Amino acid sequence: MDLVQMQKSLQDYTKSLFLEGILDSQFLQLQQLQDESNPDFVSQVVTLFFQDSDRILNDLSLSLDQQVVDFKKVDPHVHQLKGSSSSIGAQRVKNACVVFRNFCEQQNVEACHRCLQQVKQEYYLVKNRLETLFKLEQQIVASGGMVPAVELGF
Amino acid sequence: MVYISPNQSSICFHIIISFSSHYSSKSSNFITKHCLILRSKYFNSMAEVLLPRKMDITNDPSKFGSPDLLHVLAVDDSHVDRKFIERLLRVSSCKVTVVDSATRALQYLGLDVEEKPLGFEDLKVNLIMTDYSMPGMTGYELLKKIKESSAFREVPVVIMSSENILPRIDRCLEEGAEDFLLKPVKLSDVRRLRDSLMKVEDLSFTKSTQKRELETENAYSFDSPVQSQPKRAKI
Repeated sequence: MDLVQMQKSLQDYTKSLFLEGILDSQFLQLQQLQDESNPDFVSQVVTLFFQDSDRILNDLSLSLDQQVVDFKKVDPHVHQLKGSSSSIGAQRVKNACVVFRNFCEQQNVEACHRCLQQVKQEYYLVKNRLETLFKLEQQIVASGGMVPAVELGF
Repeated sequence: MVYISPNQSSICFHIIISFSSHYSSKSSNFITKHCLILRSKYFNSMAEVLLPRKMDITNDPSKFGSPDLLHVLAVDDSHVDRKFIERLLRVSSCKVTVVDSATRALQYLGLDVEEKPLGFEDLKVNLIMTDYSMPGMTGYELLKKIKESSAFREVPVVIMSSENILPRIDRCLEEGAEDFLLKPVKLSDVRRLRDSLMKVEDLSFTKSTQKRELETENAYSFDSPVQSQPKRAKI
């Protein structure tokens, strides 16, 4: 694949993430903050998000598996995950966290288990898509090209 | 209802804002934003009237305002948000210090001890931005401690939160918060804050410049003495 084709692929791929609602405009904010002096800003923030989320999802699984679920522990975790997913533009993860928090408030253990599964699903989806995105970017840079800016024509 | 009362003995005025608690945080940002703009417009027009025309005032922008960058202390327990706010601030040409808790913020400011320890006299922080929900001490509690301190009570404190809870916003503004921002914070929010703070810095420079100029004029004037009361400008 030549450079132009790779760049077009990347643009189309990125657009699809927005159209599917996996990412929202906050991700664009992150991209706008990246420049020659900080060329890895987006991947650095996203990496922090992955690290935080892996830890939180693990803690949530443990908390929900207890005999007696302590919602005072569960809710702050979900709040944290909601916050960080919102900060990077992971819209579907954020929305799943909102639903999760509602059930935490109701102290509905079964519903919370289902919510956790939903959050995990959305998280693994966005993680997979973003990792693919970064790979495409790396391929372009490795071929001596520049990563094209996302156009907001959709 | 917005009431503006100019104080004649010094070039400043107080904006008293009272509003019902039924407003969105968006409009609270709107109100704060417009009052800040109103204040700086007033100052700018006052400055234009008072500067004597015969004085050779340089318009070199580097001479206006503080030569140092605005120093912002950012407080947030989230890794992701710390990285994000730091970048927003650096991109907006601010010097940034980031800490991960309110306790660390107090340590940084030297407010965690009774007696102010040596070496903090030179610490200059122009703005503090803090997350609201943090484990241990919340941003609200941090705000109170800062406003209680003699050293830092004049420093504007901005609260950030992902939750649009009106009583929370009310409480923070009543406690003296400069503004309340919904997360994720936008670059435009940061720029607006920075611009309003830079105008305040400009003002203190302009005031000291005017004072020097009036003193110089007094020294060389053979006419009637210069009026000590500045004329009020029409906005």
